[in-house]
Parts: sequence; C-alpha cells; structure tokens
Amino acid sequence: MRYLASSEMAEDRKDAAPGARTGFFAKVKRGLFMTHTEILEKLGTAVKESLGIDESVLASLEEALLSADVGADTADALTRSVRSRAGASRRQDVEALKELLLEEIEKVIASAPRPGPRADVPLFVTFLVGVNGSGKTTTTAKLAAREKAAGRAVLLAAADTFRAGAIEQLQTWADRLGVPLVRHREGADPSAVLFDALSAAKARGVATLFVDTAGRLHTKKNLMEELAKMRRIAAREVPGAPHETLLVLDATTGINGLEQARRFVEAAGATGVVLTKLDGSARGGIVLAIYRELKLPVLYVGVGESADDLVPFEPSEYAKALLGDDVAH
Amino acid sequence: MFESLGDRIQGVFKELRGEGHLTDFHIETAFREIRLSLLEADVALPVVKQFTEKIREKAVGAKVAQQLSPAQEITRIVRDELRALLGGENATLDLQGKPAVIALVGLQGSGKTTSAAKLARLLKTRGRYPLVVAADLARPAAVQQLVTLGRQIGVPVFEPGKRTDPVEVAREGLREARQTGRDTLIVDTAGRLHIDEELMAQVRAITAAVEPQEVLFVADAMTGQDAVKSAAGFAAALPLTGIVLTKTDGDARGGAALSVVATTGKPIKFVGVGEKPEDFEAFHPDRMASRILGLGDVMTLIEKVEATVDADSARKLAAKTATGEFTLEDLKEQLASMKKMGPLESLIDLLPKGGAMKALKGPQSVDERALVRTTAMIDSMTPDERRHPQILNGSRKKRVAAGSGTSVAEINRLLKQYQQMRRLMRTARKGVRGLDLSRLVLPGGRGS
Ligand SMILES: Nc1nc2c(ncn2[C@@H]2O[C@H](COP(=O)(O)OP(=O)(O)OP(=O)(O)O)[C@@H](O)[C@H]2O)c(=O)[nH]1
Ligand SMILES: Nc1nc2c(ncn2[C@@H]2O[C@H](COP(=O)(O)OP(=O)(O)OP(=O)(O)O)[C@@H](O)[C@H]2O)c(=O)[nH]1
Ligand SMILES: [Mg+2]
Ligand SMILES: [Mg+2]
Repeated sequence: MRYLASSEMAEDRKDAAPGARTGFFAKVKRGLFMTHTEILEKLGTAVKESLGIDESVLASLEEALLSADVGADTADALTRSVRSRAGASRRQDVEALKELLLEEIEKVIASAPRPGPRADVPLFVTFLVGVNGSGKTTTTAKLAAREKAAGRAVLLAAADTFRAGAIEQLQTWADRLGVPLVRHREGADPSAVLFDALSAAKARGVATLFVDTAGRLHTKKNLMEELAKMRRIAAREVPGAPHETLLVLDATTGINGLEQARRFVEAAGATGVVLTKLDGSARGGIVLAIYRELKLPVLYVGVGESADDLVPFEPSEYAKALLGDDVAH
Repeated sequence: MFESLGDRIQGVFKELRGEGHLTDFHIETAFREIRLSLLEADVALPVVKQFTEKIREKAVGAKVAQQLSPAQEITRIVRDELRALLGGENATLDLQGKPAVIALVGLQGSGKTTSAAKLARLLKTRGRYPLVVAADLARPAAVQQLVTLGRQIGVPVFEPGKRTDPVEVAREGLREARQTGRDTLIVDTAGRLHIDEELMAQVRAITAAVEPQEVLFVADAMTGQDAVKSAAGFAAALPLTGIVLTKTDGDARGGAALSVVATTGKPIKFVGVGEKPEDFEAFHPDRMASRILGLGDVMTLIEKVEATVDADSARKLAAKTATGEFTLEDLKEQLASMKKMGPLESLIDLLPKGGAMKALKGPQSVDERALVRTTAMIDSMTPDERRHPQILNGSRKKRVAAGSGTSVAEINRLLKQYQQMRRLMRTARKGVRGLDLSRLVLPGGRGS
C-alpha cells in the first residue's frame, strides 16, 4: 500500500547500500562534518578511561543519545538493551559497543512495518502534512520530481491557500519541474482545491497526485479537523485515497516531534514520515521515539533545498548517521 | 506525558518530610529529577549541565532554615534561576539609527519572513514608518510571500526586481528607506544552515552592508538539542542582538528558549504566538520559566481567566485554596466557569501538560465532552463524597460510574487528578516567591 519501493526506489536502495556510499551519506555529509564521530569519540574516551563497558560508559551513551533528540524514554530503553547485552559479551571495546548500539537502533526501526510496494491503483494520492515550516511544499516538489523521473504523470494540488505566497511557491516549483498544478485563489477553501485536483487528475488520467497542505500545529483542533475532512473528500472521489499521508518532520525538532506524530496519525491518518533538513547538524533522533511508540516508519529524508535533495530512508545508514559515524572516512 | 518539575521533586522528597535538612544524597536525587525534567523540555544537554551546576551551588547554600519544605525550596530555586537566566522582562529594540535597521536571520522555515511582517506591523502601530526588504532570493516565491504580507499589514516592501545579489538588494533597500523617509528598515534574509559556510558568509555580507542595530536570530520553539549548535553558529558569524522565538502557540515545552539564550547570551525580544501578523508578543521570562518546568503558562492563563470569570466566586475559591480545602465541589464550579470562557483549546494548551488539568483533557484534545463527563461524575456523587473523596470505596465508585454513564477507571483518574491538583495548588501557593500560583486554576482579580 505504499508509495515507496516501486521499481525505481529499489534502484535507490541499491545506491545507498554498503559499497556504493553515495545517496544518503554523500548528502548528509555536510552535517556530519560538524557532528562527525562526536558521539563515538566521546564513547571511545569513556571506554578507554574505564577499561570496559561499565556504568560510566553507559551513562555517556545515554547522554549521546539524548543529544541526538531520541528522548528520555528511548535513550533509557536503548541503554538498557545495550547494558544487558554488553554484560553478556566478552568484547568490551568501543567497536563492540558501537555494534550493539547500531543493532539496537536498527531493531527499533525494524519494529515498524517496512514500506511495501506502491499500491497498484490508477490514481495514487499522497497528502503532505505537518507543522509550520517543516518542509512540506519543498518535499512535495522533490517527490514530484522523482515521480516525473520515474516516467509517471504527476499533478500537484496547491491546497495551502492560507499562508502568504504558498501558492506561488508551489507554482514556482511546478514551473521549474514542468508539472501541472491545480490552484485556486489565496484564501479559498482547501477542500475545493482538492476536489478540483482530484477531478482533474481523473479526467487527465494522471498517475500520481501530490497534495500540499498548509502548515498547522497539531494542537489546533479546527485545523486538524480540516485535514480529516479533506481525507473524507479524497476517499469519496477516489477509492482508497489518500493512499499515503506523509508527515513532514523537521530534523531539528525535539521531543515535541513525538506528539506531532501522534496527533497527525490520529487526526490525519499519517502513514509515514519524511525527515527533512538532515543536511544540518540535527540528527532527528525523535524518529526513533516515533518508531517505538507509534510504529510509524520514515520513508524519506530531505537533505537540501533542491529538487533532487531527497533520498529514501535507509535504516542502517541512518543509525550510523545518528551516531555521527562517517562510514565514508 | 510529562510530569511537572514540582511533581517530580515532590516525589523525591516524599520520604523526607519532617527531616528539615537536605543531605547530599537528597540533593543528588533531586538533581537527577531536575536534569530529566529539563531534558524532557528540550533544553540542550550542555545547557542542562551548566544550569544544574549553578543551582546546585545555590541549593547547597540554602539548605538551612527555610519556611518551605525541601521540595518547595528546590523548586523555587530552580524556577528563580531559570527566570534570571532567561533575562529581563523588557528587552527593547535599539531603534537609534536613521533609519533604524533590523535584520532577521536563522535556519530554514524558522519563521523569519512571518516575523519580519509581525515586527513591521508592531512598529507601525507604535507610530513608526517601516520598510521591509525582501532579501531572500533563494526560496521560491519568498518575495511574493513578503509582498502579500506587506499588503495585509499596510507596510511597503522593497522588492529585488531584477537583482540577483541579496547583499545589493539589502543595500538598495537601505537607500530606498533613506530616500522615502522611512525611519525603520527590516531586512528579511533567506533561511540557511549554520554549517553552510558559503551562505553564512553571504549573510555576514548582508549585515555588513546595512549595519543593523538589531540582528535578531529567529528560532523555532519546537527545536530540540540542535538549538545550541545552530545558535552558536549564528552567534559566531554575526553580531546577534536578540532572539525571536516562534511557534510558541503549540504545546512544545520550549526548552530551546533556554538553550538559545544560554548559548548566545542574548535576550529573547519577541515571541511568535500564531501565524497571523498580530500574533506577536513581548517575551515574558516568568511564563517561559513556568512553561519549561511544566508549571503551565500560568500568567497567560490568569490573564485570560480574569477577563471572563466573575471576581466573587474567584475570591471564594482563592480563599478555599489558601486553606487547602479545595473539594470536588469547587472543582465542579471551576469547570462551570471554564465553560464560560469560550474556546477551551487555547486555554488548556497553556496548562501544565500531564499535570493537574489532565482531567479536563480528552485523549486527543480538549473538548466540551470531557468537561461534561467530569461534571457528570461529580454530579453523581453525594455531597459527602464530594467533600471527602477518600470515602469513595469500590461500591460507591461503581454507583457513581453507573449514575454518570462513565467507568470506575474514569472515576479513579478523576480522583487521582484531583489529588494532583490539590497538591500542585498547595505547592504552588507556597512554592514560588513573587508569583501567587494559588491562582493556577483559579480565576482571581489581580491583587485579590
Ligand atoms: N536545508 C534544508 N532545507 C530544507 C529542506 N526541506 C525544506 N527546506 C527549506 O525549509 C524552508 C521551509 O520549507 P517549505 O517547504 O516552505 O516548508 P512548509 O512545510 O511547506 O512550510 P509552511 O507551508 O509554511 O508550513 C524552505 O526554506 C525550504 O527551502 C531540507 O531537506 N534541507
Ligand atoms: N503557529 C505559528 N506559525 C508560525 C509562527 N511564526 C511563523 N509561523 C509559520 O511558520 C512557517 C514558516 O514561516 P516563514 O516566515 O515562512 O519562515 P522563514 O524562516 O521565513 O522560512 P525560510 O525563508 O524558508 O527560511 C509559516 O507557515 C508561518 O506561517 C508562529 O509564531 N506560530
Ligand atoms: Mg508549504
Ligand atoms: Mg522566509
């Protein structure tokens, strides 16, 4: 039922796989330059000083995880798992610690369902939702670029009719990418834009419709209700739509990201996360908490402001990036 | 989800009652809780460490002779220190220049353009004549965004036209302001990462060209641990003079405020409280300190409540709290008056998360239904039960549940929250100097 892992996505996966260290790491490298080995260095020192993986090392580990925004609960849970496994292990060096931690992080990520193949429907509808300024409009453009490159006919819906300049922003992207856009006036009803876009998509035989929605804080009940209404309209016009609802989450977000995800799942039926701005120094560790608590998978990461700065999420690469471990060293 | 610091520390010191002094062990335990509480509020780790070291010194010094309980004493120290660190109440703008120049800088999507418009509007209402410069040539339609906002607020916007260099645009904007007699120039810049050397050099060139009196770092209140790195990056590159903290209208605890202030040493001058141009306020360290500690945005709440609830019942209630006799009956009255206050959502967002007011919160969000259910439960109790909830045993609870169409579990939750609320009120009443927290959930005329 997922948008991911269609054939060209599988290509990307290959790119990002060990050996061909392009994709993910090449893109997040700028950020890694800053945090490069920071965490592991700290842990290495801790291990050396205490001659093994003892409580002080585990305390450093927990701190390192907290510094990556995984949140207190997740940091605690990961540290516990590492503690019990390290106790049973003969190897007490930093490499062993790193391996254990990477495995535990990957386990957390594996606890959510892996995205399956893209639903085989004539018209695939994706909503992009999230709080203000997280990167929805830019991600809409990036996804459209991918779809177009995959040879599918794309349509965009400018359903953010609220924010000043939002329609023009998406229009600029649409022009750049050479994809059509359905728009109304600023201040128009977003549901009306959606309705028109769905009709146009059906009439033109478009394969993929991306719906850019206005940023909204998850605490604003009316605005969340508006998303629910848009979902109902989509479902009425196209069976099964929206097929994907992507929560666009800024990697700099702290603990609040978990609450955001919870509410966007509840009210807007979010099916996956796009973690943006991972080209900065933030690691977006809150997605681990989101995996643990909500089993909501990350599907893509945003690594820049250009149309091609979007890469499929790669759990093991992400786990390393979280630790600041530059595998390409 | 979050425990307030007050709750946490109260817990630590439960067994300590009557001991009258703090041992090192107790202080250590309390500090673990403080540390966790700050981390849960998204205060960055290095700042947490720095901060706890500072209050540790004070706590050790203050362990003798206090009217307060140990828990209250420590909570008070933490809060006072936090308030002090967050800075003075009246951080003002330097508007000396002719024109006064203000530049807004920050990460992508933090709220610079919106804040530029908000600031322009605010200054306009204060009788100034701002010109806003659209010096973001990178983001698609950034100029259009500002032009639209300018139209909304009735402030002219200097557009780049055919120019492609933001430095030149800023310089030309300054010239335009001088020529047209505008007394304030607000420069909106493109979002950039602090680790992007090229773009950091560009923003340095922009500020060098217009020599602003104010360089404001626009930071998102939902930021986590990264706040320290980004703020440090911008502070190293630019002569920052202050901070605008945006998107505080959500439910983030806002620890980023502390991280950014501690890192840059600059005060927060404004906070964004919504998407509209008028959603912009002066910064109140008191409120932010309470919020970070999970004590709720008490002052804002009080102001809102004051406007709507009659002072009489308020005073009655305040008196009851003062004597610690806050009963379920009083809670019901509270709920009734809350209903009068209109959109509950905005009010409840100001309250401590997961704290005393959870009774009013449905699983997803506050709605009238939660109020109705709570009221129904209390209505189904006998007067005796309302005054002495401890007599509610299993069979009584079953009766109340049946009578109100709720469940025993819900009754239990209500009772637990009622207890928490009482405790919080008691702590609050005595716990904080200078701010009468007994009005936490209470309406009350100022000075009553
Ligand atoms: N560095 C970086 N910047 C990004 C990324 N994704 C988006 N941005 C930038 O973040 C800013 C906000 O992006 P938008 O796409 O407008 O965000 P939005 O969620 O649509 O914002 P609203 O509609 O206002 O809620 C823009 O300056 C984007 O260029 C990313 O992956 N990396
Ligand atoms: N809820 C809320 N939204 C805000 C606030 N301030 C800004 N926003 C929203 O945040 C989003 C991003 O704001 P912008 O002003 O475009 O951010 P920016 O920093 O100029 O973004 P770039 O120029 O792309 O770097 C928009 O949707 C704004 O409406 C605020 O205080 N509260
Ligand atoms: Mg947008
Ligand atoms: Mg902008």
